Amino acid sequence: MDPAMHDKCQWPLFEVFIRARGGLDHKHVGSLHASDARMAIDHARDLYTRRQEGVSIWVVRSTDITASDPEEAEALFEPARDKIYRHPTFYDIPDEVKTL
Amino acid sequence: MSASATNVARLLFRYVLRVGDLSLVLGQRLGEWVGHAPVLEEDLGLANIALDLIGQARLLLAYAGELEGRGRGEDEIAFLREQGEYLNPTLVELPNGDFGETIVRQVLIDAFQLELFERLTNSADEQLSAIAGKAVKETRYHLRYSSDWLVRLGDGTAESHARVQSALERLWPYTVELFEEDELDREMADCGIAPRLAEVRAAWSKRIEEVLAEATLERPRERPYAWFGKRGEHSEHLGYILAEMQYLQRAYPGARW
Repeated sequence: MDPAMHDKCQWPLFEVFIRARGGLDHKHVGSLHASDARMAIDHARDLYTRRQEGVSIWVVRSTDITASDPEEAEALFEPARDKIYRHPTFYDIPDEVKTL
Repeated sequence: MSASATNVARLLFRYVLRVGDLSLVLGQRLGEWVGHAPVLEEDLGLANIALDLIGQARLLLAYAGELEGRGRGEDEIAFLREQGEYLNPTLVELPNGDFGETIVRQVLIDAFQLELFERLTNSADEQLSAIAGKAVKETRYHLRYSSDWLVRLGDGTAESHARVQSALERLWPYTVELFEEDELDREMADCGIAPRLAEVRAAWSKRIEEVLAEATLERPRERPYAWFGKRGEHSEHLGYILAEMQYLQRAYPGARW
C-alpha cells in the first residue's frame, strides 16, 4: 500500500490527557487512533484507565495541536537561561514555612 | 431448613447458573478476538469487555457453589461441568462471525443484561442484588461501546450496512429464547428474586428499537425458533468452546494459576 493510501485508511490520531484525581490537572499520557472523538474517549478509557489511572479524559486531534518548531528552540528558550532573577530564589524563607 | 426453603435454594442455584453461564460463555467467546480485532484499540476494547464478563461469571458461579452446598468452587463449576449442565442462552455460544456480527450480538445481549441487572439490583436475594449492582455499571459501558459501533456500521458504508443487517437477521431468532419464561423464571419472579421476563422484554425492545433506528437498520420479523440453551439443550458450538475452555483443568486436574 502506498503511504498516501495508508494514511487514508488509518483512523486519525488523537492525543489523550488524563486527570488522575479531582483537583489535579489533565496530563498527557499518550495517543491512539479513532474514527471520531467519542470513539477516542472509549479507546482512551480502555487503554489508559484500565488500572484506575483516572477520573476524567480529554482527547484532542493531534493535527489540532500547534507545536513549537525544534529548529527554533534556541531563539525561543535560550534567552530565558541567563535570567535567573526570574526564579524566586533570592527570598529568605522563614523556618515556620514548611511546605514551600 | 424447611422443605420449601430447600426447594427455593435449589431453584436459585439453577437461576444463578443461568445468569452466570451467559457471562461465562460470552466472555470466553469474546476472548477469541484477542490478537484478531481490526485494530489494536478494539482488541483491547473487546478484551476488556470479555474480562468484565468473566468477572461477573466468577462472582455468580462462586455464589452458585455456595447455594449448592456441595463444596464446589467457581473453578469446578466453570471448568468441570458437562455440556448439558450449562444454562446459557444459545445466542452467546454462536461463533463470532465478522466484527459486525460480534457487535450485533453484543448489542442484543448487552441491552438484555442491562435490563436484567438493573432489575436484579432490587432482587429479594441480597447476594444476587449486590452482584447485579456491580455488573450493571460494567454493562452500561458495554452497551455504549456496542451500540456506538452498531450506529457507525449500520449508518456507515453500503457494505457495512449490508453486513450488520444480515447479521441482525441471522441472530434475531435467537433473542426469543432470552424472554421465554419457563417454570424456573416464573418461580424466581414469584419469590421476588428475578424480574418478570415480559417486563424485561418490553424495556429491551424499546432500547433496541432506538439503537436500530439510529443505525438505520430494520428490525427483523419475528420467526419461530427452536433453541433451548437456557435449559441445557445446546447447539453444536458449545462443545467446541468447552473443549478449549476446560482442556487445562481436565488435563491437569486442580491446576492453579
